[in-house]
Amino acid sequence: MTDTPKRTPLYDLHVELGGKMVDFAGWEMPVQYPMGIMGEHKHCREKAALFDVSHMGQVILKGDDVGTQLETLCPQAFATLKEGKARYGFFTNDAGGIMDDLIVSNAGSYWFVVVNAALRHQDIPHMQANLAGVDITEIFDRALIAVQGPSAEDVVGALCPAARDMTFMETIMADIMGATCRVSRLGYTGEDGYEISIPEDRAEEIARAFLAHEDCEPAGLGARDSLRLEAGLCLYGNDIDQTTSPIEASLTWAIQKRRREEGGFPGAARIQKEISEGAAKKLVGIKPEGRAPARQGVEVQCANGHTIGAITSGGFGPTVGGPVAMGYVSTNHATPGEKVNLIIRGKAQPAEIVTLPFVQQNYKR
Amino acid sequence: MSIYYSEEHEWVLVEGDTATIGITQHAADQLGEIVFVEQKEAGDDFEKGDDIGVIESVKAASEIYAPVDGEVITANEALADNPGALNESPEADAWIYKIKLSDMSQLEDLMDLDGYKSFIG
Repeated sequence: MTDTPKRTPLYDLHVELGGKMVDFAGWEMPVQYPMGIMGEHKHCREKAALFDVSHMGQVILKGDDVGTQLETLCPQAFATLKEGKARYGFFTNDAGGIMDDLIVSNAGSYWFVVVNAALRHQDIPHMQANLAGVDITEIFDRALIAVQGPSAEDVVGALCPAARDMTFMETIMADIMGATCRVSRLGYTGEDGYEISIPEDRAEEIARAFLAHEDCEPAGLGARDSLRLEAGLCLYGNDIDQTTSPIEASLTWAIQKRRREEGGFPGAARIQKEISEGAAKKLVGIKPEGRAPARQGVEVQCANGHTIGAITSGGFGPTVGGPVAMGYVSTNHATPGEKVNLIIRGKAQPAEIVTLPFVQQNYKR
Repeated sequence: MSIYYSEEHEWVLVEGDTATIGITQHAADQLGEIVFVEQKEAGDDFEKGDDIGVIESVKAASEIYAPVDGEVITANEALADNPGALNESPEADAWIYKIKLSDMSQLEDLMDLDGYKSFIG
């Protein structure tokens, strides 16, 4: 990005809180606060953390058959997504690769879609060109904040009692301090929590009110990355991209039964074939046995010294207390328990294929 | 004893023809929480600018560059079990190597404390 990075409505608050600001996908975002990535990560798992995710693209879709139309671009069953519910999905391309992942919510009179910051410029024209009879509007005047962790219900519920009664993947419009907000019980940390879309002129005030709760601390992109990695959640650009299929990415769970059978989405030929026959490679959890973190790009070898894949996300897992990684390996080496070697700075380090997630997900069902 | 600093944010505490080397508090603060250290072994020799180890923080991996020519006498083994010590006392207990200096004249290229302070601003 050569343009000046953009600032979210919470920029001044990040700076005031001591956030270390970095350029992320064209946005000036806090990578961490004085507590540090490790502390912020653990605080989220133990109590609650507040993340600014306003850099993500928020889009409103209006029309008669939005769910059905979305099914022409995504392999998810959006036509049958009930009002007040959200669902994880992805845009696929004609080759069966993943163009981006997203969260789609049926808000009744309209639909609400959240896409990755770096891909909003791809996704919005893609929807505009392909969703017949759907009016597509990107929202620029609302912040998006995530409150995540076992105390999130208390933190958000204190200002928004209706949030307490929600279950995982529910979405409502609710009043928070007089502001009309979209409150969705979901997130990307593996913990219970909410993502809340707030009018930009009220965002700082509401974020401060959440942070005034004794259990809630601000957390940056660093902790967000280590939390999602421990939770076994894919990061677009690292773990999934235009070439990886949902089956390879171990995201078959996110393609509902009717869509698997009927097809009718871009890349259906490859995706349906891989669902029935399997794919040649698979995204798996990889646990290094030693202390050395294995980062993106590290080669994975089988016990016989042949290359079987590579790490796509890896680092230190603060809750695990050691290195954790995800990567693609040949399907014949993808069974949990398989011993592999990671080539870190030229030396083979022992590791094991493990079942994801590394840390049990803690959603409110 | 005298202490020198490199532009790669290392300190070199010289006693005769040996030295203790480590990273500065400023470097440790910039790296963030340190979770892993890879070190050379006793007897390994190196030249100024060589990569003589790796420090991994929660954020990234960073090389340790040799501030002078020398040979490893001892690596601080305590760092393997407690890499976080590098955040707490990088200029004391959490030294990285004791080395034998092979070219004393290279110390002239390093900074003193005042020079280092103005270097990091």
